[in-house]
Amino acid sequence: MNFLNLLKVAIRAIASNKFRSFLSMLGIIIGVAAVIIMMAIGQGSKESVRKNISQMGTNIIMIRPGADMRGGVRQDPSAMQTLKMADYERILEEKAFVTHVSPEVTSSGQAIYGANNTSTSMYGESVEYFDIRQWTIADGESFTEEDVRKSAKVCLIGKTVADELFPNGQDPVGKTIRFKSIPFRVIGVLKSKGYNSFGMDQDNLMVAPYTTVMKRLLAQTYFSSINCSALSEEMTDQAIEELTRILRSNHKLSGDAVDDFTIRSQQEMMETMSTTMDTITIILVVAAAFSLLVAGIGIMNIMLVSVTERTKEIGLRMSVGARGIDISNQFLLESIMISVTGGVLGVIVGYLGTLVCTSFGLPTSIPMWSIFVSFAVCTLIGIIFGYFPAQKAANLDPIEAIRYE
Amino acid sequence: MDEEKKVVIELQNVKRYFTVGSETVKALRGVSFKIYEGEFVTIMGTSGSGKSTLLNQLGCLDTPTSGEYYLDGVSVRKMSKNQRAKLRNRKIGFVFQSYNLLPKTTAVENVELPLMYNSKYNSRQRREAAVKALEAVGLGDRLNHKSNQMSGGQMQRVAIARALVNDPAVILADEATGNLDTRTSFEMLVLFQKLYREGRTIIFVTHNPEIAHYSSRNIMLRDGKIREDTLNENILSAEEGLAKLPKTQDD
Repeated sequence: MNFLNLLKVAIRAIASNKFRSFLSMLGIIIGVAAVIIMMAIGQGSKESVRKNISQMGTNIIMIRPGADMRGGVRQDPSAMQTLKMADYERILEEKAFVTHVSPEVTSSGQAIYGANNTSTSMYGESVEYFDIRQWTIADGESFTEEDVRKSAKVCLIGKTVADELFPNGQDPVGKTIRFKSIPFRVIGVLKSKGYNSFGMDQDNLMVAPYTTVMKRLLAQTYFSSINCSALSEEMTDQAIEELTRILRSNHKLSGDAVDDFTIRSQQEMMETMSTTMDTITIILVVAAAFSLLVAGIGIMNIMLVSVTERTKEIGLRMSVGARGIDISNQFLLESIMISVTGGVLGVIVGYLGTLVCTSFGLPTSIPMWSIFVSFAVCTLIGIIFGYFPAQKAANLDPIEAIRYE
Repeated sequence: MDEEKKVVIELQNVKRYFTVGSETVKALRGVSFKIYEGEFVTIMGTSGSGKSTLLNQLGCLDTPTSGEYYLDGVSVRKMSKNQRAKLRNRKIGFVFQSYNLLPKTTAVENVELPLMYNSKYNSRQRREAAVKALEAVGLGDRLNHKSNQMSGGQMQRVAIARALVNDPAVILADEATGNLDTRTSFEMLVLFQKLYREGRTIIFVTHNPEIAHYSSRNIMLRDGKIREDTLNENILSAEEGLAKLPKTQDD
């Protein structure tokens, strides 16, 4: 029997048992919808994490002190004093794959203005910091190289700090606030970045020239880290190599000596996060895929019932000349139709379900390939779980089948 | 018997044994006969006489344990399942006791069924052949009636049309009137006699001895052997039989 006729027979068989066919499709519908929703949530979360990380800036490379051994004892990186002014200057001089550099020193404490106070962190940075982090100034202006040279007591404040210290909507620019009793003149307010994916308020900070923080606030000569940005995302690796070379030579690390600093790139962080998200997505999808397996068994069950029920029809078809293969194709196509129709409806339900998830605030994004994969899986389920019932039908003895009551 | 006539069916000492548990059931104990083109043969016997087994042999649904069976000159005994399926498709038309029409399917689609398994027919040729067969059984005006909208007689006519549609070498009817009332049974016999007059070869398996009067030859089976094989010199007309029946209101 040709394919078109087989298709007609299969459609008729499904249509004549609408409710039953629908019930066996339901398993596939739920399974496919679950897989699609899980994939959409997985993909969505991944994208949102990526977005969060890229919000930190572009192509950021972070240099931190670390991995110093003193008599075989590994030291706490934050206590390391390996990143010095000389490193910064050498990087500025020799940089080729690095565009911006900003040394960083931090201090946390209380900021006070009039009767208001807030607990915040002070970041000592260079002028280029705002380029690295792609941070724009909402109000006022940034400090200058001049301010850095003079260790000027000027600062920019984040949105949160501005709101805490100036609750009545006063303009903070030009006001003098105190941080750890040192007066700083506010010269600008940073544009709000909101919370990052780790739940940290990125607006609760003050930024001042690093020289000011080092000399006037902390009286220290080393940096807690140096942030750089690579020329482009693709050149991140070259930039890291370059920085490693500069720092090793500056720190007089020869041969096989271990780095006394660590360099991490934003790209690396993204990859780590992506891997984690991928693992979670896989777990979710595997769980959903099990429901497809169960649905497949449901189809097999209903096909077996269908074969038994239509034994007489099978007997008739055989007696008028249907070969085993004709019969098995007929039932195979029927089970494929059930599972593929279920798959199509499942994709629709999955899409609607994804919309519902989005409306509940979950980040979602349906990867196109998940739809194709669902179709492929459904066809496969139809074939695998339809095969046994189809074989059973094909192997019926026409003599017994035709007299079956 | 006209020796020049073509032999459609030839059985040579056909035996068919079944093994049930440890016992061997001898359903056919050596049956031999020839059926010529254009004969209307009734095969009679009580239940257990082996007539169903013989029908399965004739219909190529089964193969003999020993002996030879030639259908239209072709040996069936060594054929594979698929070869026999093809043979059934091209050479045999079945009419069953319980009609065996596809449910919720129109008359013409039911009749088309055997041709669906014959790749030589395209859908237009299939439809033409089916319409022609239905016209031959007097259902030309009921092509698109569904099987569940028809009376028993009409359903059996559709089944006969289905048996005719592939222009078979032989029509095998298995108790074709068994489920019908007397009047409708006669109508069926009228139809079979018409086909007989048109030169069709018909084998009618039944346990109803009355039907033998309307056929051209009668083979009587008992205990797996032929007990009688007689030509009917005086074929009764089914039309006359039908006319003699008392009229019923609902006809």
